[in-house]
Amino acid sequence: MKKLHVSTTVNGDAAEFLAEPGTTLLDALRDELGLTGSKEGCGSGDCGACSVIVDGRLVCSCLMLAAEAEGKRIETIEGLASHGELHPIQQKFLEHAALQCGFCTPGLIVASKALLDANPDPSEEEARYWLAGNLCRCTGYDKVIRAVLDAAAELRQERRVA
Amino acid sequence: MPQFEYLAPASVDEAVKALMSAPGARVLAGGTDLIVQMKAGRTRPAAVVDVKRVPGAIGVRRESDGGYSIGAATPGADIGEHPTLARDWPGLVEAANLIGSTQVQGRASMGGNLCNASPAADSVPALFAARAVCVIVGPGGRREAPVEAIQAGPGRTSLQPGEFVLEFRLPPRPKRASDAYLRLIPRTEMDIAVVGAGVSLALDGDGSVAEAHVALGAVAPTTLLVQAAGQALVGGRLDEAALDRLDAAARAACSPIDDKRGTIDYRTKIAGVLARRAATIAYSRAEAR
Repeated sequence: MKKLHVSTTVNGDAAEFLAEPGTTLLDALRDELGLTGSKEGCGSGDCGACSVIVDGRLVCSCLMLAAEAEGKRIETIEGLASHGELHPIQQKFLEHAALQCGFCTPGLIVASKALLDANPDPSEEEARYWLAGNLCRCTGYDKVIRAVLDAAAELRQERRVA
Repeated sequence: MPQFEYLAPASVDEAVKALMSAPGARVLAGGTDLIVQMKAGRTRPAAVVDVKRVPGAIGVRRESDGGYSIGAATPGADIGEHPTLARDWPGLVEAANLIGSTQVQGRASMGGNLCNASPAADSVPALFAARAVCVIVGPGGRREAPVEAIQAGPGRTSLQPGEFVLEFRLPPRPKRASDAYLRLIPRTEMDIAVVGAGVSLALDGDGSVAEAHVALGAVAPTTLLVQAAGQALVGGRLDEAALDRLDAAARAACSPIDDKRGTIDYRTKIAGVLARRAATIAYSRAEAR
């Protein structure tokens, strides 16, 4: 099958790649662009380990064709830290020990970023519903929620200072 | 995933041509059903036609008469964020937003939900109750059909080769009219309806029901528009007697399957219960408008 040429923006930089029509965005990110932070858990949109943000919307990259990314702006876990500094959400996941094996963590952090972009001050219930599509099979969710709410408080503080 | 030709047409004409180019070509909107089915090998289309670049396929537009056009490929997240749609059609918006996770809401559309033709599709009973009309485009041009004309059976639609649903039209909403959708699932999130019930109604000045439409999901091979259940509410206030008539009419319409999600008896009983509760919510919303 003829490969398709796809032009996108990934974490702020122009990125081009070739993909077969049946290649998912997740596979293109991992295999063509070398961005292996996004994980394949279920491959069917249930677990959220492959979460990325496309044109401001949180999506499962395993349920999007790479060809659909033409002209789109994509944010992945690799784009969160800047200049060697962890993003506050990443830092809070460490401080709260909100991970164990870490396989679900990139997806949870990207989903959390999308939450805090849309709602800087979520309630615990809002955070739990927002993250219901991200499954963790070892740590559980309590520490994750604490980390997200703590990161939200810190980001609000940073905004006030700035 | 099996390979296929990917086409992303930018006009209705190109999209119809693309769909006609390969037998069994499939329409791609959000992909949350289609891509899963292709990965599992349950469908192997020779061509996938991504219709999201076709003008009209994405977006919620409020018309000058107060009605709405909703692009059939509009993701649930866009539907939920529209500034007035949830005020005028709260039941339709809550039904569309119940589908899947936040990630799924970033992609999944009502057009896909309808044309995937699952009996348990959440947005479809709400579309039925709203008396939504589908704008269908195809090799014969453009036609309109009531939303209940699309599902033909589990996984099957009545759309002809080359046709696809471009948008949904919702009628203008009078004052003192509203809707509601409820579904039963054993969990709080991320599950498939055991039963779904959508109710839309409009009230007279004195608070009696002037018009009512009731639709049920997951209790028959396709979503059901239960005319007798709507009629049971018309002509009076929403009192216990009216709710009893609604409950009985809803149960009488059910022909569900027995499966791991629920037995025939359970689904039938719950259809009546959810119809009552959805009607009660729709009524109080209508009174408040």
